[in-house]
Amino acid sequence: MNYIPINFQQKKEMLDAVGVENIEELFVDVPKQARLKGLLPLGDGAGEMELVSKITALAKKNTPATELVSFAGAGCYDHYIPSFIDHLLVRPEFFTAYTPYQPEVSQGTLQAVYEYQTGICQLTGLDMANASMYDGATAMVEAAFMAVRLSRKRDKVVVAGSLHPEYLETLKTYTHADTVKTTVVDAVDGVTPKDDILSAIDDTVAAVIVGYPNFYGAYEPPEEIADEIHAHKGLLIVVANPFMLGLVEAPGNLGADIVVGEAQPLGNPMSFGGPGLGYFACTSACTRQMPGRIVGKTTDVDGHTGYVLTLSTREQHIRREKATSNICSNHALNALAAGMYLAGVGPTGLKKLALSAVSKARYLHDALIATGRFEPLNEYVYGYEFALVYKGVAQALYDDLFERGYISGVVLDEQVMLFAVTEKRSREEIDAFVSEVEAHG
Amino acid sequence: MDMPKDRKYSIDHEWVVVEGDEATIGITEYAQDALGEVVYVDLPDEGETFAVGDTFGEVESVKSVSELFMPVSGEVIAINDSLADAPETINDDCYGDGWMIRVRIENESELADLLEAEAYLASIDE
Amino acid sequence: MDNLTETGVYRGPKETIYEASSKGLTCVLPPVLDVPAIDVADTFGSIARASAPILPEVTEVQIMRHYSHLASMNFGVDSGMYPLGSCTMKYNPRINEDMARLGGFAGLHPYQPERSVQGALQLMYELQNDLGTIAGFPAVTLQPAAGAHGEYTALSVFRAAHTAKGNPRKKVIIPDTAHGTNPASVAMCGYDVVSIQSTESGMVDLEKLKAALDEDTAAFMLTNPNTVGMFDSQILEITQAVHAVGAYAYCDGANLNAILGITRPGDVGFDALHINTHKTFSTPHGGGGPGAGPVCVSAELSSFLPGPVVEKEGESYRLVTPEHSLGRVRSFMGNFGVLVRAYTYIKALGAQGIRDVGEQAVLSANYLRVELADVFDIAYDRTCMHEFVISGSRQGHDYGVHTLDMAKRLLDYGFHPPTIYFPLLVDEAMMIEPTETESKESLDSFIEAMRAIADEAKSNPELVKGSPYFTPIRRLDEAGAARRPNVAWTGTID
Repeated sequence: MNYIPINFQQKKEMLDAVGVENIEELFVDVPKQARLKGLLPLGDGAGEMELVSKITALAKKNTPATELVSFAGAGCYDHYIPSFIDHLLVRPEFFTAYTPYQPEVSQGTLQAVYEYQTGICQLTGLDMANASMYDGATAMVEAAFMAVRLSRKRDKVVVAGSLHPEYLETLKTYTHADTVKTTVVDAVDGVTPKDDILSAIDDTVAAVIVGYPNFYGAYEPPEEIADEIHAHKGLLIVVANPFMLGLVEAPGNLGADIVVGEAQPLGNPMSFGGPGLGYFACTSACTRQMPGRIVGKTTDVDGHTGYVLTLSTREQHIRREKATSNICSNHALNALAAGMYLAGVGPTGLKKLALSAVSKARYLHDALIATGRFEPLNEYVYGYEFALVYKGVAQALYDDLFERGYISGVVLDEQVMLFAVTEKRSREEIDAFVSEVEAHG
Repeated sequence: MDMPKDRKYSIDHEWVVVEGDEATIGITEYAQDALGEVVYVDLPDEGETFAVGDTFGEVESVKSVSELFMPVSGEVIAINDSLADAPETINDDCYGDGWMIRVRIENESELADLLEAEAYLASIDE
Repeated sequence: MDNLTETGVYRGPKETIYEASSKGLTCVLPPVLDVPAIDVADTFGSIARASAPILPEVTEVQIMRHYSHLASMNFGVDSGMYPLGSCTMKYNPRINEDMARLGGFAGLHPYQPERSVQGALQLMYELQNDLGTIAGFPAVTLQPAAGAHGEYTALSVFRAAHTAKGNPRKKVIIPDTAHGTNPASVAMCGYDVVSIQSTESGMVDLEKLKAALDEDTAAFMLTNPNTVGMFDSQILEITQAVHAVGAYAYCDGANLNAILGITRPGDVGFDALHINTHKTFSTPHGGGGPGAGPVCVSAELSSFLPGPVVEKEGESYRLVTPEHSLGRVRSFMGNFGVLVRAYTYIKALGAQGIRDVGEQAVLSANYLRVELADVFDIAYDRTCMHEFVISGSRQGHDYGVHTLDMAKRLLDYGFHPPTIYFPLLVDEAMMIEPTETESKESLDSFIEAMRAIADEAKSNPELVKGSPYFTPIRRLDEAGAARRPNVAWTGTID
């Protein structure tokens, strides 16, 4: 199946119009020795029936977390996705559309993204948001680079070691050219000692990056760090799980200048880690250095309200090597899903869902501690994710319980396990899981 | 094309009005017309010093960015704050309210290198 | 011609979902809590949210009406032809959507045990192989999320390889016709950008390239077929010259559609290539994304790729980090959901289908070119690849009608405009790429519309300059949007 709506006769007519005998002649510029002789070893194509058969067989070789009782989180979460979202996302006007560079025929995408941006501003407590980035990790990297640009002369960023290891790795990759220097403050027992961060801050530091919560699920209040970095005229970057922002204070109200993170928990499936979306918000003072696409409101020649991509002079197609970032695209469809999710849950729903997840997390946490087989990693307040130290070999417990249909969170090392409990987990499931843990011995 | 005779011009489309040892600087009619609607101006802070030919800022339209070059060396003693809220002033009145910065002239002899109105006009027509 | 009067019904943007809200309305009911509820103030203390975020308060019917209206204002590939040069707006097969949504794919957690995701790993492995086969490279990473991300990744691979040899080098050469992401990616990678002027016919100036190449050059980045729609026939000499100074040759694969099954970047001396699955491999654009930007590299560079990549051992598949991996460029493994779509497409096409794409994409572009050559200035009036560039300067000079105006008038005719004002090399550029999924009727309608607009430019320039008239909204004040940015609704809901 090649999806080409041109038959042999029409092809002939086109060849005649162009004035060639065969299509070969059109590739005259390709050096002969580079011309492929014959077809590539890709096998035969397939019609839909064979395709479906082959690919569903591949899908059946997987045992998805959504079909098990899963407590896996670590940056990718199994939240309930309201049914209406996919019904809207399959509308071809949304998913087959291009980037809205011709706004007259793209108001659907533009207004939906504007509404998404509004939601992100509300959750984070900041005035400006962009149209999304690839993921939480690259959004964090972009935030670091942005802070360095804003500082004009500084090139250092202090980073909490309790952030997601893959985010830290990504930051390390992006700073390999030493354009930005990072100081990672080591985590101890799943938190980054506040005093260690404070003592790393001086007048050479453009920004500090902390989690909210951190990778281990713990909330390390950022206010003191905010005060210290601001006193040195630097910026606070907070990496936050947006699902909790209806329940916990907006980082913007705690001193954050830039708030980023992974917004997959809002209406997007896990999908083996991607595509999700990196959300990005900042204070209005920082606007012109914010990377990524931005949708703005305006009017048309008749005075009607409309929306356009704006502040384009930050971007690569105009600034080229002086651009705020090389990023060209955004994760529009995922941002649409996030915006739809926020519309579906509303402020009360978001709070109640988070409350549900947090309550169930506590229920599991306390039950696991009560088995006598676990200890807390630290005493910090957590949301719906927490780390425990298993008094045994964590991987052995994990593997045993996996055979019984449970994903026991994520094993972080010999003994530390990271558990996430979303609103999807029922009391029965949690009780059954705990029984299995006890049975494991 | 409006080209007031009371000031000098640089080849980079800036104009300079000299009063004592101070120079007020802006961009010409030709420049603002080529830019199109100005949406933002990035100006330096008071106290910054620049040499002749240095980039002292940027002016942006919707789809382009242009650097602003110092027509003379000097220290910035004033910037036009009104341009932050109304960058379109540069389009509406580039020779008056659209002024950008005022500097204390460091080297009077540089003024001789600037163009008179006719010479500037001739340079554009090339 | 206000479209309110014209059609009798205003079809443009109405209120935001916030303005449509009323206090207390809800759509999603959280599940009944079956465990003891925590006390928020007790638990979170000073970080308990003091005042709720303002989010929409609507019911499902309002949401569906709202988004249905939004959809009605959008033009997608399903709505009509999208001849955007260098974007390859081909048809997005529905089966791709179904396959990506299978529970066995969408429900996977990235950290669940490898033995439980063998189907997903097999898909990634086969996709790695197929992309490598199509592009002519032995090693592939599926990690980058987009083309620009892929560019950055490949440049980082080059830097890692050079560093391993003792000298990261200092600069990357690009032609002046390069897409903006190229120099931006170079800068992000810590290299200096050296731009060389292309020849009058839009090709690489081999002499200028050789003069610019030296031991400080890390790489040369080239889009081939290039951004003016032609295959640079000097390609073998180009890559040879690059290698002669120990630099690497990078292929920006944006225009891969033209050469599918015809030739391969890996066979003409390129060391790395990025692929845009949302261009060449039919994954949908989604209004701006998500896409995916897999990167293919030579054997020499394979150990530097970001990890993990998928390897096969016997009958099972494993995630492996290459020995000298430069590290990650993002979290998790890549835009898996997008990759499923690309995989499905390649399996649908097969070897014959892949070549059909290249051949028809090029034939259709040349057909449009010859049919428009008498009314528009064709920038390079010779055989093109999958796209060609016209200049609106004839209409601009004779009638004061610019490329922008003609692009907006195309909207009235039911077409998405081509890419405009790129490449910068051509004055008043309009870059047209039909792709292979336009029928002959569709191509002929486009030709008719373009010819009609050329006529209108002559006979009624004011009409063209004031267009569009029949779109949900008309030309927007972009300057105003940039001067006083309003990126979020602010207000309260009662």
